[in-house]
This record gives sequence, C-alpha cells and structure tokens, in this order.
Amino acid sequence: MAAVTTAPGGVDLREPSGWRRAKSQFATGAMWFAFVCLLVPLGFVLVTVIAKGASIINWQFLTADIPPNVLPANFGGMGPAVLGTLEITAFAAVIAIPLGILGAVYLNEYGGNRPLARLLSFLSDVMTGVPSIVMGLFIYTIWVIPNGLTGLSGMAGSFALACLMLPIVIRSSYEMLRLVPDSLRQGSYALGATKARVVLTVVLPSAIGGIVSGALLAVARAAGETAPLLFTIGVVTANNPNLFSGSNTALSAQIWLNASQPYVGAQARAWGSALTLIAITFILMIVARLVTARFNRYSR
Amino acid sequence: MSATVQADPATPAGSASGLMPRRPLGDRVFQLLALASGLLVLVILVLIAVTMSQQSTSWFTSEGWSGIFSLDWDPAHGKFGALAFVYGTVVMSLIAIILAFPVSVGVALLLTEVVPRRWAQPIVYVIDLLAVVPSVVWGLWGILVLVPWLQTAIYPHVASAVNDIWILGNLFGPLNGNYVSGASFFTAGLVLAVMIIPIMTSLSREVIATVPASDKEGAYALGATRWEMIRGAVWPHSQVGVMGATLLGLGRAMGETIAVALVCGASATVTSHLLTPGYAMPAVIALQFGEATVGVFRAALIGMGVLLFLLTIIVNLSARAVVERNARRMRGAA
Repeated sequence: MAAVTTAPGGVDLREPSGWRRAKSQFATGAMWFAFVCLLVPLGFVLVTVIAKGASIINWQFLTADIPPNVLPANFGGMGPAVLGTLEITAFAAVIAIPLGILGAVYLNEYGGNRPLARLLSFLSDVMTGVPSIVMGLFIYTIWVIPNGLTGLSGMAGSFALACLMLPIVIRSSYEMLRLVPDSLRQGSYALGATKARVVLTVVLPSAIGGIVSGALLAVARAAGETAPLLFTIGVVTANNPNLFSGSNTALSAQIWLNASQPYVGAQARAWGSALTLIAITFILMIVARLVTARFNRYSR
Repeated sequence: MSATVQADPATPAGSASGLMPRRPLGDRVFQLLALASGLLVLVILVLIAVTMSQQSTSWFTSEGWSGIFSLDWDPAHGKFGALAFVYGTVVMSLIAIILAFPVSVGVALLLTEVVPRRWAQPIVYVIDLLAVVPSVVWGLWGILVLVPWLQTAIYPHVASAVNDIWILGNLFGPLNGNYVSGASFFTAGLVLAVMIIPIMTSLSREVIATVPASDKEGAYALGATRWEMIRGAVWPHSQVGVMGATLLGLGRAMGETIAVALVCGASATVTSHLLTPGYAMPAVIALQFGEATVGVFRAALIGMGVLLFLLTIIVNLSARAVVERNARRMRGAA
C-alpha cells in the first residue's frame, strides 16, 4: 500500500477501482452499440433502395406513363406519380404553411396566456399525434362520401396532407416566434406601428429562418406519406396535371400498390419510386438544414 | 373610441393614446385571420370526431359493444368484431417500445453525456435522416427484403432454439408443428421500433439535456464514474420525462399504418405466438377499405379509425401530462 497517491489535503485521487471503471466503460460501450443498432437499419434500407432503384431511374422513368404491372422494368415509368407527388404536396404546403404560421402568430402574439390560446396550443399538440390514416379517413368522410367518386382528386389528397402538416407547422413556428426578443416588438410599437405591422415586418422576418426550416421539414414528412392518400386521390396511370378534378396518383401510393405485386417489373418500379421519393424528402431536409444554418439569428 | 381600443387586451399598452384613436381596419382583419387559423385546429379535431363517428354509427348499432369487441371478423358474413385488430395494435406497439426504449435512451445519453458537441451534430443529422425515410419505403424494404430474410435465415433457428424454454417457447416457438412466418407480429414490432426510435431519441435527449450541470459536476466531484453519474444524477432527474417520450413513441407506433400493413402478415388472429401473422387497426383500414362496399363494412373500418383516434389521443394526453408534471417539478427544484 505504499504506492497510494494522496493529494496534499488528504483526498484520495486514485482512479476508480477496476470493477467500477469496467462497469462505466461497459455502459459507454452499450451506448455506442445502441447507436450501431440505429445505423444498421438505416444503412440497410438506404443501400437496398439505392442498389435496386438506381439502375431503373432515367428520364423515361421519371416522365413516362405507368405501364401494366406485368411489363418488365424497361417499359414505361412513374411520370404521373412524380407529377402527382409534387403537385399534391405543393398544394398541401400552400394551404397548410400560411394557416400554420398565422395560427402560431395567434398563439404567440395575440393569445398570450388566455384560456383560448392555451387550449389551442394544447390541441395543436394533440393534433400532431393523430395518425395520418385518420386524416385520410376524415377527408374521405367529409369530402369523398358527399361528392361520390368525383370527390377523388389530387386536391382531396392535398387537404388530407394539409391536415397532417398544419399542427407541425404551428408547433415549429410557435417555438420560433417565442425566441424573438420582446425588445424588437417594443421598439416598433414605440415608433407607432400597428400590431399587424409589427408582426408582419418585424417579428416574422426575424424568425423566418426557423419558420421556413420547420415548414420544409413538415413538407418532407408529408411528401412521404401514403396513408392520407389511400382513400382520397384514387389512382391513374396517365398524367393528370389537373389537381382539382379527376383521380390522381403519387409515388408513395404507387410504391404501396407495387410492393405486394409478384411481378419483377412492378417491384423494380417500386424500388425506383422509393429512391425518387427518398431523394425528394432528403433534398427538402437538407434545404431545411441550410436555411437554419443561414438564418439562425434567434434559433437555438 | 379609445375605450374600445383599451378593452382589447391584444392591443399593447400605450397605443390607445390620442395619437391613434382607432385601430386601422387592416390591423383588425389580420388579428381575425390569425384567430381563425388558430381555431382551425379546434374545428378540424371536432369535425374528425363528429363526422367519423356519424359515419360509423351503423357499425355500433348493428354489432353492439359485444359485437365490436368480439373476435369474429368475417365481412363476407357480416361479422365485424375488432378485437383481433386492437390486440395486434397493442402487441406490436409494445414490442416496438420494448425494442426502441433501450436504443433511444442509449443514443440520447451518448449524445448528451459521451460525445463532444461537435460530434453530436452529425449524429443528430443521421437520426433526422432515419426520421424522414417514408413509412412506405420501410414497408417496401420490409416485405421484399426483411421478411424473406427473417423467414429463412433467422426465425426458424430462433423458434427451434427456444421451443422447449418456458414462456419463450410460447412467444417465439413455432405454432402447431414448425410453422413460423417472416411477416408476423414481431417483424411489425421490429419495423415500428426502427420508425419510432428517432422521435423517442430526440425527445429523450431534450429531457436529458435539462439536467443541471451542477448535479453532474457534483456527482463527478464525489468520485463517480460516468455510469455512476448517469445513474445518480441524470436518471433520477430525467426518468419521468423519458417515460413521457416513450409514451409519445407508443402513440406513434399505434397509428403507424403502411409499413405495418405490409409486414404484419394480415391475419386477424389473437395468439401469444409472436412469429405468426397478425393484424393491426390501421393496417386493416388500409388493406380492406377498397373492398368495403357494404355499408356496415365501411362503417366498421371508419369506426376503427375513430377507436384509433381516441386511443392515440389518450396516449398522447397521458404523455403530455407526465411531461408537464415533471417539468413543473423540475422548475421547482432548479
């Protein structure tokens, strides 16, 4: 015991005993193992989708009409689905993003601590947890049942996606508005600005980076959704650029239809669609990250 | 005029002076627009509950409570019992939670307590990537790659290895003879786990990040190792919040549709054998809605949507209650 190192005050500065240190190292190892458990499925799915999807994607695949399932992979493409995904998601964004931002403006700028604002904030939280298939059934119930088969259209799908995006946009915008310092608002009131002007020209611009990035993440999530579209858009195999009438289709819906097909061509087109869809969502997410990095004046 | 302005609590103090006797029209219109957008959330939630309940009344009237919660699902003969689907949803979500919990908490601890901040950011990006992989892509991968692989390379060995072990044999052993299925309760739970890990990790991480640095430094100063510090300082402070994050993950898992519909095996059975095909509420809505031509059939599927809506709302409310109570307690402690 002669080798015991003691600090001047008599404090024992020895390393923890071997057993305690081993336990701690084991725990750290387990955490890294958890991270590996998370990486393996992600890597597995990305590698598979790229390996099976990359070979089929070309200009023809992205634009040509959807062929019958029995045809091999070099026939036709997924043009109508690419067009449908872009149109339906864009229209959903056009509906949900302004309404969501305005809702967040109400919660943070007008509502304050009033019971109504607290209730709405609470409900928007609850609404983020509503399953996407319920949103699809909801739009089916209020739009497709009254209108019959003519109710099936890209627009109905956009409505369902918008219902899904709305609470996400509200939550993320609300968090961003809360970060805007009060001194900015007070400064503009002191200059005689009305409340609407303060919100539109001072508060929103200073939070715009975070708001846009939150909205883009909501769009990315909506673009990949299938369940809200199952009962609302119908299905077509030729381009239907008219969002407001006639059935439509989307990449996610086509993957869903082709995934359980026994035909090699149909499965190949599903993998190609999956890669296209992943590319769209990843691009949206990366743009969101860049926006945050570029404009993070008041973000965390 | 100034009295009406003052009565409006949304107007900042001071703007009611003689300089501005009346709020301009645009200002009031904007406030109304904002209020209307906020109210939209309430309107949509009420409409979901009301319209979908209306459309599903014929299910409730023709089956009754005992019919709804029976095992008898046979649309061709007008039997619409939902018990097998409720059971499948609960079992698959529980498997998902059991698998996702250690991984999420482990990664959350790794991000907050182990790796330096500049390494944490790339790991967060990876988790975000996992979060935006669409559900249908997990389903496609699940049915074409994962299910065949599990069925041929993994499950038969697991089943024969545990067949004679108490309980494990009942859960993972083969059902009558040596039948195990790649598309099963367990596979659905596995895919669900992967899908809810990102949300559970980021929520747990937020909770763990609120542990006061002084608590952690105190533990280290007493000579604790990192693991002892986590058990003594981090865990007591964040366990309730992590439970809330887990409940939110459970809510997500219960509502997840497309991936489960593709890998669950689509068989309305209630069994303890997890390696056999099952079914879930959202999956049956997605898979059978196209054939739901009879009035009661469609009403039953929409009614299942109502059940799912209520179930996820209850889970989310309890998660929120847990987190709020914890946040208040922690504010008091800080």
